[in-house]
Amino acid sequence: MKALSSWIKTWYLSELWAGLALTLRYFFKPKITVYYPEEKTPKSPRFRGLHAQRRYPNGEERCIACKLCEAICPALAITIDSEMREDGTRRTTRYDIDLFKCIYCGFCEEVCPVDAIVETRISEFHFEKRGEQIMTKEKLLAVGDKYEAQIAADRAADAPYR
Amino acid sequence: MSDDLVTIEIDGKPLKARKGSMVIQVADEAGIYVPRFCYHEKLSIAANCRMCLVEVERAPKPLPACATPVADGMKVYTESPKALAAQKAVMEFLLINHPLDCPVCDQGGECELQDLAMGFGSDVSRYTERKRIVKDKNIGPLISTDMTRCIHCTRCVRFGTEIAGIQELGATGRGENMRIGTYIERSVDHELSGNVIDLCPVGALNSKPFRMRARAWEMIRHALVSPHDAAGSNLYGHVLRGSFMRVVPRPNEAINETWISDRDRFSYEGIHSDQRLLKPMLKQDGQWQETTWEVALEAAAKAVRKVVDAHGPEAFGMLAHPSSTVEEFFLARRIADHLGVRNLDHRLRQADFRHDNEAPLFPSLGRSIASIASLDAALVVGSSLRKDVPIIAHRVRMAALAGGRINFINPRAYEFLFPVNAEVITPYGAMASALAAVLKALAEISGKSVPANLARAVAAVEVSEDARRIAQSLLDGKESAVLLGDLAETHPQFAELETLGAAIAALSGATYGRFSQGANSAGGWLTGFVPHRGAGGEPRVAAGLAARDMLAQGLKGYLLLGAEPEFDAWEGSAAIAALSRAETVVALTPFVTETMKQYADVLLPVGTFGESAGTFINGEGLWQTFGGASRPLGEARPAWKVLRVLGNLLNVADFDYMSCDEVRQAAEQAVGQPQGRAPAFTLEISLQPLTGFMRVAETALYGTDGLVRRAPSLQATQDAERQASVNLSTADAARLGIADGMQVVVRQGEFSATLAARIDAGIPDGTVFIAAGVAATAGLGPRTGAIELEAVRLAAAEGDRA
Repeated sequence: MKALSSWIKTWYLSELWAGLALTLRYFFKPKITVYYPEEKTPKSPRFRGLHAQRRYPNGEERCIACKLCEAICPALAITIDSEMREDGTRRTTRYDIDLFKCIYCGFCEEVCPVDAIVETRISEFHFEKRGEQIMTKEKLLAVGDKYEAQIAADRAADAPYR
Repeated sequence: MSDDLVTIEIDGKPLKARKGSMVIQVADEAGIYVPRFCYHEKLSIAANCRMCLVEVERAPKPLPACATPVADGMKVYTESPKALAAQKAVMEFLLINHPLDCPVCDQGGECELQDLAMGFGSDVSRYTERKRIVKDKNIGPLISTDMTRCIHCTRCVRFGTEIAGIQELGATGRGENMRIGTYIERSVDHELSGNVIDLCPVGALNSKPFRMRARAWEMIRHALVSPHDAAGSNLYGHVLRGSFMRVVPRPNEAINETWISDRDRFSYEGIHSDQRLLKPMLKQDGQWQETTWEVALEAAAKAVRKVVDAHGPEAFGMLAHPSSTVEEFFLARRIADHLGVRNLDHRLRQADFRHDNEAPLFPSLGRSIASIASLDAALVVGSSLRKDVPIIAHRVRMAALAGGRINFINPRAYEFLFPVNAEVITPYGAMASALAAVLKALAEISGKSVPANLARAVAAVEVSEDARRIAQSLLDGKESAVLLGDLAETHPQFAELETLGAAIAALSGATYGRFSQGANSAGGWLTGFVPHRGAGGEPRVAAGLAARDMLAQGLKGYLLLGAEPEFDAWEGSAAIAALSRAETVVALTPFVTETMKQYADVLLPVGTFGESAGTFINGEGLWQTFGGASRPLGEARPAWKVLRVLGNLLNVADFDYMSCDEVRQAAEQAVGQPQGRAPAFTLEISLQPLTGFMRVAETALYGTDGLVRRAPSLQATQDAERQASVNLSTADAARLGIADGMQVVVRQGEFSATLAARIDAGIPDGTVFIAAGVAATAGLGPRTGAIELEAVRLAAAEGDRA
């Protein structure tokens, strides 16, 4: 009996038809392919991409040079020099993140008492020359200034879960 | 013995404790930690922070461990629910008004409040009212204040009254309104004031030069030794990525306890001075050119060789700063021996070398630094103590407060901040007579005879009441000491002073000692960097010239090792003249000035404090070796390496030392185990007082060496302001028509300077005190010599009149 069933399946190509039926089903299903870079997948507000430094609405930089990010960084990617600015506040004179060292763990953002250093959802960046991978304070602030609206919206979206 | 001991139990652990000791002391000794803020082992007990509350059996309420004396059979629980509840409650109270600005606070990471808040604080505050805000005060260039952070432990107040002796910081108001402020609102002005930075358990008092520069956890600490005075205070240098950040004390009970002077704490700023020499430089046809080490060293060796070959080794001299290391002294000495040069000296400030051959092995304190605190009597000659050797001054103060009778023979009145038994203020020129009077009084009281070489001089003096009191106190004291300070050492009659001082010590059974210049004068003597002795104190057959003579006579060539003779030499102007006339001056120096560029021919940049390894021998004769903390700036190299290569280029045999340790071992071997010789001065002295209107120069507190001179914060203190002024007596000021604060032109022969006048009733008529070692007075003549003063008529005032 078993041999008969097998013989019929073999000669009538039933498995082939079953497979082609699946193919046909998927042929009419909606497609999930994303035409990167024209199209992009959605990103979580918690996405940890390129770093940025934020400012307060009055334009004052947030970073107070407490160096907690430098201390917690597991890859030792952050280097900070600090001094007292003329108005008596504590500020960085140098804030470098080496993106070759960085492992994008997000600890720097977690530890920051003033939400100055953040990891944005920017994942597309590249370097063409040696040394470009160092994100200096100016570059970080520029990223922050450019994407502040997005950064602020992402923090707000995540706030209820923190 | 057993009467003094009681048995107590802490956390179930039976412990023996001395009667009268406090629970916290017993717990500390047993390694049981009790949290605390106001308690400090070197200060009195205040018991006002209440953090150390512990439960004591049969006591109704928790008791403060720091103020509860032990009793037999006492049972203490430091971690019982009751004790913990009390500690947590206290922490909650302390945090009510604390700003919690840890991320911007310099104390963050080394803060006692932060540490204990982790253990005893709550994560959420129940306090919703407004926090207290306290206005900050400007208390000088060294200490920054953030008084909102203060938790009123009063450690700084107690430090001021008990250790410094000045009520620098006081508390006013009570409860939440309590304020710590500078007493009578004056700038903190004491040479140990920086210690309140370490004492403050929170970030209320912090180092101003270090403010917001680095964090406690990221710096690497290196054990160092103070390069400024003969105490040899132990320090830690904190270094961040190779750059020097700050200095803190390294506790050493035998030397500095837990304190260091402001000079030791803030002098590191000089490391980053604009005047650092960063590259070897060579003068070619009158033009300075930066060059490579190879070229510069070749040129230096060739220049030295040329002078020695052309004019003989007698025409060449080596001058080193007394804060050079043993290794540097030893290598320079070996080079000198190889060349046959006998003119070498590190005693730049000294004026009188007549008794050199009779001097002891090295200028020592005569006793350990710790033992100074238990002196019964002391005679200090020619020293302000506080502004001369701050750490030793603190020990003397401890002795005085414990009942020791401290006497002074000084050319002006100083503020000592402790009870003084007798203070003889005598004109500078007549200091020897004042000492002779004490010696005579001693002989009269004890019935012993005065040494023969002094008999004739002593016979002529009259014994004053003060001299008798001094003599009596020295004889009465079981432990007594005679100590000579800076003003004695730079005195033109130093031979007389030292001979008399040693005789007084011998006759009264006291120890004889002196505060020698620099951090390593002892090392200079022991390694033979003096013209009349070899390593280990071997006398030389033919002595060379001493520092002052080398500069007065003018040699053909000089090698300067860390010295800036225009500041450090006894006669700065003569030094500049002699160096300018010389054919060749090779300077191994961390700093370069315009003056130096005029007289030098080869400039070799060497490391300064913290940048090179070495050894200092302090006033006790203790060898203290330290490593380098940071890399020398620019192309500078440790001086011992430069000397080593220079020696190689000059073909000194067996000169291939590979490490500083190797040099030290060789130096130790050369010094050997010399027999300490008692001072045996046999100089026949006569008491010829110096007369005339004269200048007297103290070595400025912040002018001892190049590093201190270039530390901006120290140079902004009131002490620095004082040391750049003309100090004269009331009568002299009236005679010359000079008012306090007036600008005065000071002339010493052809040299002059314009300085602000200060009238001091404690100065005898006929002497004018102008400090040496600082830029403002560098252009003047000898440290002691005739002087003319003239008040400056202010141009502005004249303009008004016209």
